[in-house]
Amino acid sequence: MGDILRVCALYPSRMNIYADRGNMILLERRCAARGIGFELSAAEHGDSIDPGAFDLFYIGGGQDRDQVQIAQDMLRTKRDALARAAEDGKVMLAVCGGYQLLGESYELADQVIEGLSIVSLKTVREPGPRLIGNVVIELEIEGKPQRLAGFENHGGRTYLGEGESPLGSVISGFGNNGSDHFEGVRHKNVFGTYLHGPLLPKNAWFADYLTALALARDGTPVELKPLDDVLEDAAHRCALDAGRRSRR
Amino acid sequence: MSQVSPLKLAVARGAGSLIRAAGRGGGTSLPGKLLLSMQDDAIERLVSPLENGTVVISATNGKTTTASLLSSILREADLEPVHNHAGANMPGGIASSLLSATRHGTLTGDIGLFEVDEAWVADLVGRLQPRVIMLANLFRDQLDRYGELETLADSWAGMIASLPAATTVVLNADDPLLAQLAGDRQNVIYFGIEDRAYAESSPRHAADSKFCRQCGAPLSYDAVLLGHLGHYQCVSCGAQRPRPSVYASNIQMNGMSGSAITIDSPGGSIAIELPIPGLYNVYNAVAATAAACALELPKTAISGGLREARAVFGRVESISVSGHEVALLLIKNPTGANEVLRTIAAQDERFDLWIALNDKIADGRDVSWVWDADFEELAGRVNRVTCSGTRAPEMALRLAYAGVDRHDIVVDDRIEQSFDSAVAAAAADGNPVFALPTYTSLLDLRTAIAKRGEAPAYWSK
Ligand SMILES: [Zn+2]
Repeated sequence: MGDILRVCALYPSRMNIYADRGNMILLERRCAARGIGFELSAAEHGDSIDPGAFDLFYIGGGQDRDQVQIAQDMLRTKRDALARAAEDGKVMLAVCGGYQLLGESYELADQVIEGLSIVSLKTVREPGPRLIGNVVIELEIEGKPQRLAGFENHGGRTYLGEGESPLGSVISGFGNNGSDHFEGVRHKNVFGTYLHGPLLPKNAWFADYLTALALARDGTPVELKPLDDVLEDAAHRCALDAGRRSRR
Repeated sequence: MSQVSPLKLAVARGAGSLIRAAGRGGGTSLPGKLLLSMQDDAIERLVSPLENGTVVISATNGKTTTASLLSSILREADLEPVHNHAGANMPGGIASSLLSATRHGTLTGDIGLFEVDEAWVADLVGRLQPRVIMLANLFRDQLDRYGELETLADSWAGMIASLPAATTVVLNADDPLLAQLAGDRQNVIYFGIEDRAYAESSPRHAADSKFCRQCGAPLSYDAVLLGHLGHYQCVSCGAQRPRPSVYASNIQMNGMSGSAITIDSPGGSIAIELPIPGLYNVYNAVAATAAACALELPKTAISGGLREARAVFGRVESISVSGHEVALLLIKNPTGANEVLRTIAAQDERFDLWIALNDKIADGRDVSWVWDADFEELAGRVNRVTCSGTRAPEMALRLAYAGVDRHDIVVDDRIEQSFDSAVAAAAADGNPVFALPTYTSLLDLRTAIAKRGEAPAYWSK
């Protein structure tokens, strides 16, 4: 095919507490198996970004202290480029803390952090425990129902603004806030979710979906070569079962 | 302080034997919980008569081994420790271990030695009033249970600030999350590893990199020994690794058989043969030595105690199945697993492997961590890998993406059956075999083997 998937990881040194590198490993190895090139760049503190130079942006979860610093740096050095990328239909996967940063604001302990405002959502604190556990959500991809399995662990409760669509609905687990049964957000090709860390290994089909979207640069759908996914499918079923077992 | 009423002790102890008689497992924390419900300050009351005070040890990795090493040193110094065991490291479990060490309402023993769950340090330090408290490392582990590392470190800092001046704090100088926790407190002993022979130049993973607790800038490393432990400094504000007074000055690793190390301390230098493998166990030995120094134990007791040390339950043990030797190594988080992987990958021969990944509460329900561990070490080193446990297929996928050939991976979630077939296959091919279980899969395996009535013969250590 000769094509190259160009991935930009945002703040990988800090926003990687739940083994987010699993997502990068999955994307890379699946590209390699299909003869697609894979280029991974890191945008750290102070770095600016050329939105045209990448097909897929990734941001993972960090510790509270790091997220405060990152929110400030992002607003200063990356906000406009990321907003343009999002409007241009670039693929963006924002997980856990990274998901919270997409919105207008989020509350952390006693302060309110200003987010990127790429998507209309707010994250607030409410009384009650952290929302922790296996989670399964159902989403619709090109008219077909699909499932994502993962693990969530967040103190914040996220509420979507007027006109925003969730990524999916909660089958088991808590999702955005534990009350409205929505999980994540999808805005154009921007995907935000609380399914933290290595969600792509648990959902290889979703890794392929994002890859195909990212490579369809001019809007022409890209068909990816099928792979031997016996282990991938078994891992997906195992993660779905874990969610089912912990269903309350 | 007055004693706990013999009646209450008897009731709680009776509950323990009832549970055991009913075959409901060890009943480790239930008697203690019952005792605490009758007498909420039972722990304080029971430990206060101990003549030599108590020692509290906490860490993400190695607390059980370190406590066991220190216990061996204490015995060598003719002090009988009252010691809790792995898995009994929260208040209920500690009260249970105290209960089982009481005779006629009084503790039999000279000194308390308690490994304490990271999240319970502040609570238990309040109850145990330790003479020495050792904080040995803080790694990412079971984040679903503890919340965030920084939050835990902050709470430890608060706990240290509230300690009486007489308490000696022992900290790992090589762990930047811990080294600054004592501020300018006087009574602190730092330990570490000075020998850089086995060091790397920078953290292996971005996720292991750490930031200055004082100013938030990234730390720069001259040497990385294990995960984020090493020789570091902050170029931004000048914060530095404290100079340890107890440290490994010379290390010679001898594969699975252990290592030869020299530990320097203010009391002099001791050379020992440590019978347990890996750099992580060197840290455990140095930590135990530092605690022994805090207790002012003689050098001979330290060297004798470490030499006598046998691997603790499950950490490194080997079992023989139909004449085929299997080395068992517990894995439970990325840093610990990386050290285990590094140690076995250093073998000359290719080997077979049995890995069991469970997601029960004691393992951490979140199995994300396997993507942070360097299973890439196994690529090209293994003949056959059997994946077992409740999340066996996810373990298998991790290995496939780490470069292990998919055709060499067997998936079977049944612990006992998969273990037996893995060992039988290795024996038939004459391959060495390692077993890498997570915590509860190790327990399941031991239970399964004990049920055959063969346990005493099976467990060689
Ligand atoms: Zn600094």
